[in-house]
Amino acid sequence: MYQMKHLLSIRQLKREDIEFLLSQAEAFKEVLSRPIKKVPALRGKTIVNLFFEPSTRTKLSFELAAKRLSADTVSISKSMSSLEKGEDLIDTVKNIEAMKADCFVIRHRASGAAHLIAGVTKCPVINAGDGTNEHPTQALLDCLTLKEHFGNIRGLRVAIIGDILHSRVARSDILALMLMGAECIISGPATMMPKDIEALGARVCLDVKEAVKDADCIICLRIQRERQGGARLFPSLREYAMFFGLSPEIFSLTKDDAVIMHPGPVNKGVELSPELMNIKQTLIFQQVTSGVAVRMAVLAMLLAGQ
Amino acid sequence: MLDLFIRAIRLIDPFSSRDEVTSLLIINGRIEAIGKDIDAPSAVNNVIDGKGLWLTPGLMDIHCHLREPGEEYKEDIASGTMSAVAGGFTTICPMPNTRPPNDCASITRFIIEKGESYKRARALPIACITKGQKGEELTEFGDILASGAIAFSDDGLPVRDASIMRLALEYSRNFDCLIISHAEEMSLSKGGAMNEGRMSTILGLKGIPSACEDIAVYRDIRLAELTGARLHIAHVSTKEAVRLIMEAKQRGVRVTCETAPHYFSLTEDAVDGYNTLSKMNPPLRTEEDREAIIEGLKDGIIDCIATDHAPHSILEKECEFERAMNGIIGFETAVPLGLELVRQGILDELSLIHLFTKGPASVIGIEPEPVKAGSMAEFTVIDPEREFIPTKETLFSKSHNTPFLNKKLRGRPVLTAYNGKIVFKLK
Repeated sequence: MYQMKHLLSIRQLKREDIEFLLSQAEAFKEVLSRPIKKVPALRGKTIVNLFFEPSTRTKLSFELAAKRLSADTVSISKSMSSLEKGEDLIDTVKNIEAMKADCFVIRHRASGAAHLIAGVTKCPVINAGDGTNEHPTQALLDCLTLKEHFGNIRGLRVAIIGDILHSRVARSDILALMLMGAECIISGPATMMPKDIEALGARVCLDVKEAVKDADCIICLRIQRERQGGARLFPSLREYAMFFGLSPEIFSLTKDDAVIMHPGPVNKGVELSPELMNIKQTLIFQQVTSGVAVRMAVLAMLLAGQ
Repeated sequence: MLDLFIRAIRLIDPFSSRDEVTSLLIINGRIEAIGKDIDAPSAVNNVIDGKGLWLTPGLMDIHCHLREPGEEYKEDIASGTMSAVAGGFTTICPMPNTRPPNDCASITRFIIEKGESYKRARALPIACITKGQKGEELTEFGDILASGAIAFSDDGLPVRDASIMRLALEYSRNFDCLIISHAEEMSLSKGGAMNEGRMSTILGLKGIPSACEDIAVYRDIRLAELTGARLHIAHVSTKEAVRLIMEAKQRGVRVTCETAPHYFSLTEDAVDGYNTLSKMNPPLRTEEDREAIIEGLKDGIIDCIATDHAPHSILEKECEFERAMNGIIGFETAVPLGLELVRQGILDELSLIHLFTKGPASVIGIEPEPVKAGSMAEFTVIDPEREFIPTKETLFSKSHNTPFLNKKLRGRPVLTAYNGKIVFKLK
């Protein structure tokens, strides 16, 4: 286990790194079930959440994770518009660092934004989602959820369905699941398949029915209407739901004990049928709980030694 | 004026197809004699031992950006010509995307006169095809040519409307002047930040498919064929573009093309880590494309190497990848990158120098000062083994946006002479 400075991507990780973080997260999960959900691991540390894109869940999850570890948190949320006015990301970070921050958690619309600030600050940087690149803590929490449910990730067959092109979750999930020995099949409208996605190790299967066949887990991705710009990549939400949404009929083609995951927030009735939202095979809320534990593990790993 | 004796240097001159060891005597800025057996007169104290060095005609770069007028914080004609001669270039053709764009005779004259005032190199401007680079109305080709421009291009932006490009090519026939195409189908490149493929997928960046260039190359080749005009394709970066140009040449279309050193030296992998110093347009492509570019240089389908020297300040490169500006500087790294092709056995020395001298001269239709007795001294002395590391401190350009920054390169010009004077000498 090498000493990691930042968590910028799953691409930078080795299998042992993920295993270590998952085992740490399992321990922290126990903390979350205590009546007093707090440990003093990061007392006196200040964690700065830089959320340049709207986010409720991820931002709250990081804040809670930090507070459970007794760290102080401050957050800034900025809309894209102020960046367009020429606000300089590097300046913003250097200014906050000068106020003696200990860690940056960043979400930004530009791919590579976390890498950019990691290059200019001495503080650890955690990527909470950069453009259409990666969302590493989401992949870790998905791994944790699968590990807890199935006991092991190796050998699982995971189908990821939807807007792969705009999904940082898909990229991080594919990389993490492949590292952990799962099989990844991706499906969705061909207009939403990135070129040469096989380079990440996933197999493309444009026929959704074929893609979900014998799967252990289906990860539905959110249609990211805000990222599409230009011409719509599919004719209508109605058509999307009919051909690419996860319906009970499609779900019945998976293995009997298969589960459904979704990074949220769900466009109900588009990528996921409402009937499937609240069945026991749907692990969406387990994912959310895993999220806090995984983020505690990441924060503790990057900051505890400092 | 310059008196100089260069003893036993390897003269590589594509214009006379010579590659031989010889000596040169320069008196009062003029080449007095060239020959194996001549010796330095006692009056000439300034002697260079040519052992291990090459002497070539002054190099020529038909695609660069000097940023003046308007963006002097990136580069100006003074720093740009200095960077050019440090890279061995004595003739350079600045593209018209200045602020305001060079779309009229007065701006063309301004660039020429300012260039001449520094007495270092010849700046032969390329003017806009359309007024304000807007792609709507043709500029005054006749007047601009009479003022000294040597070609027309809306470089940086393609002429979007095929009928306007057709008009430009038709009208160019009255003056037999060259139209240079920046080949890009804008509807396919919109929002793209790098080549579309494996690396753009890994980095989660929006890509520009190579088809974006190929389609535009084919459009302009067909329009050149339709009109009978002379067309030059700038910065060729794809395998298919090389093939299209080869086919067009075979069937007699009057088309020429250039590539830039980065397209035969680097691939999209150089972008990894969100390296904005590797961001340019067209973007770095794949290994397959790089190999096709090298084949094109070898087979003569690609007529010349041009740097596309494109200075940008640090502010425009130290930012999110998608916001970073396109372009890298190229004058001072072109020769070592070209020499790499010789070291790898892909080109012989004469062919490489051809791509930097006679090749571009034929494209723009000029005859530079020859290396022969009676001519004013204009030449470049290259030390093919001299290693150096381009750094912020040592580059002559105002900007240092190059993926080769702080990397060791091998071979460089050590002396450049222009109009009878030494304009660059490496210490």
